[in-house]
Amino acid sequence: MKAPAKIGPLREAIAEHVHDGETLALEGFTHLIPFAAGHEVIRQGRRGLSLVRMTPDLIYDQMIGMGCAARLTFSWGGNPGVGSLHRFRDAVENGWPRPLEIEERSHADVANAYVAGAANLPFSIMRGYAGSDLPRYNDRIRFIQCPFTGESLAATPSIRPDVTIIHAQKADRKGNVLLWGIVGVQKEAALAAKRVIVTVEEVVDELKAPPNACVLPAWVVTAVCPVPGGAYPSYALGYYERDNQFYKSWDEIARDRDVFTAWMRQHVLEKRA
Amino acid sequence: MDTTYSASDMMTVAAARRLNDGAVCFVGIGLPSTAANLARLSHAPNVSLIYESGTIGAKPAVLPLSIGDGELATTADTVVSTPEIFRYYLQGGRIDVGFLGAAQIDRFANINTTVIGPYRSPKTRLPGAGGAPEIAALAGEVLIIIRQSRRSFVQKLDFITSAGFLEGGESRKRAGLPGKGPTAVITDLCIFEPDPVTRELSVVCIHPGVQREAIQAATDWPVRYAADVATTEAPTRSELETLRDLLKRTAAAHGEVASG
Repeated sequence: MKAPAKIGPLREAIAEHVHDGETLALEGFTHLIPFAAGHEVIRQGRRGLSLVRMTPDLIYDQMIGMGCAARLTFSWGGNPGVGSLHRFRDAVENGWPRPLEIEERSHADVANAYVAGAANLPFSIMRGYAGSDLPRYNDRIRFIQCPFTGESLAATPSIRPDVTIIHAQKADRKGNVLLWGIVGVQKEAALAAKRVIVTVEEVVDELKAPPNACVLPAWVVTAVCPVPGGAYPSYALGYYERDNQFYKSWDEIARDRDVFTAWMRQHVLEKRA
Repeated sequence: MDTTYSASDMMTVAAARRLNDGAVCFVGIGLPSTAANLARLSHAPNVSLIYESGTIGAKPAVLPLSIGDGELATTADTVVSTPEIFRYYLQGGRIDVGFLGAAQIDRFANINTTVIGPYRSPKTRLPGAGGAPEIAALAGEVLIIIRQSRRSFVQKLDFITSAGFLEGGESRKRAGLPGKGPTAVITDLCIFEPDPVTRELSVVCIHPGVQREAIQAATDWPVRYAADVATTEAPTRSELETLRDLLKRTAAAHGEVASG
């Protein structure tokens, strides 16, 4: 029998389950982005991570800029509605603070690749990439022939992270996790991973979830960590709104290496989870 | 009401008019989202706007900053997962119109949102593909809205992120792309449509007050014109009013002063 999720502090969960050099996915599509967990990974000084995320967003800008990542698999690397991720760009364009190897795919592909990973398949197939230059620069995007119809379909390796971290609204005291609103690829990314850490807004006696709600049973989750506000400056539907002003101000902070480093020291490194 | 309008207003209004009532439209963030919502709030109340965050039938009162703002989720008919939106809705063939923006476009309406300069040592690293390659391939048709300049309308793309008509002629069909491809490119100067045979973009409408020289000056290839070039109808009072109200509400919600 699989052990149910252990409910405890985020610091301990990251220390125990996230190791240098591993493949780590933090998911959350604009909504429920696990910022607090990413910050804890930065504070604990993880290095050489292979990061995976559809939309790297500010949290990966921060992790990349602080030198946690050696590699990034992604499909859209911008500051939504604002512009560039300057730390990501500096790493790709100038190798600062260290070179970042990138594997670039499309949203549909990454979503499919998590589905394949969760389903214990080695690769995913889809109608995609036809006419795009992406397959020229990523030799893991290939084309296969359907054995039944003969048509050409894109095939890409499934994504199976060592650790997936997500943020959710609620867990109960057994560690069952409930999330709602824009749920992105969190369920698939969690089920595709060897270990799953979930930060939650609150732990409650009863989830009171309707039967078809998005619930991860406690025994697929490795650790549940209560972190109210853990998705800020993204948002948690029903708890707090996205801080669009912060997303805009990040453009200025991240543009300059020294301003960025000072900001991270003050707001992340010298803060304790 | 002040009925003067900017080139940007004209672009948004002209793009909005291209979206038919009742269409199921997969919307990109930014300019496409502004135009699609203007359509919804004016002539196309029954349009179903889908954002790649999984929100289906979103009816935002204010424009979202990001593709997954809470405003989209709470006003949607339903919210589905990302795999579901791409697998069942887009790949499933349920999208009439894909509404896209781009950093760069070429004369066959291929678009680049990936990189300026060589891929391995880029001059400018752009955000990347997102949902665009599959939207461009699979939506019934594609509308593209983009500000026109020599930097955005280029002779040769450094990178084709999402396919338009590839090398023109029948090359899109040969590559196995099921959707019709781009049916209009709407800019702040004019509207292009693909030539029925060569598929090269040709100007079919010029916005009021814009000269052909200005269009050429903002295009890095020799611009072609359709046999009959019309003048775009200026934004109506009601279109402008709806657009301004939308931008005003949005600015207030995002804590700033409306521009444009």
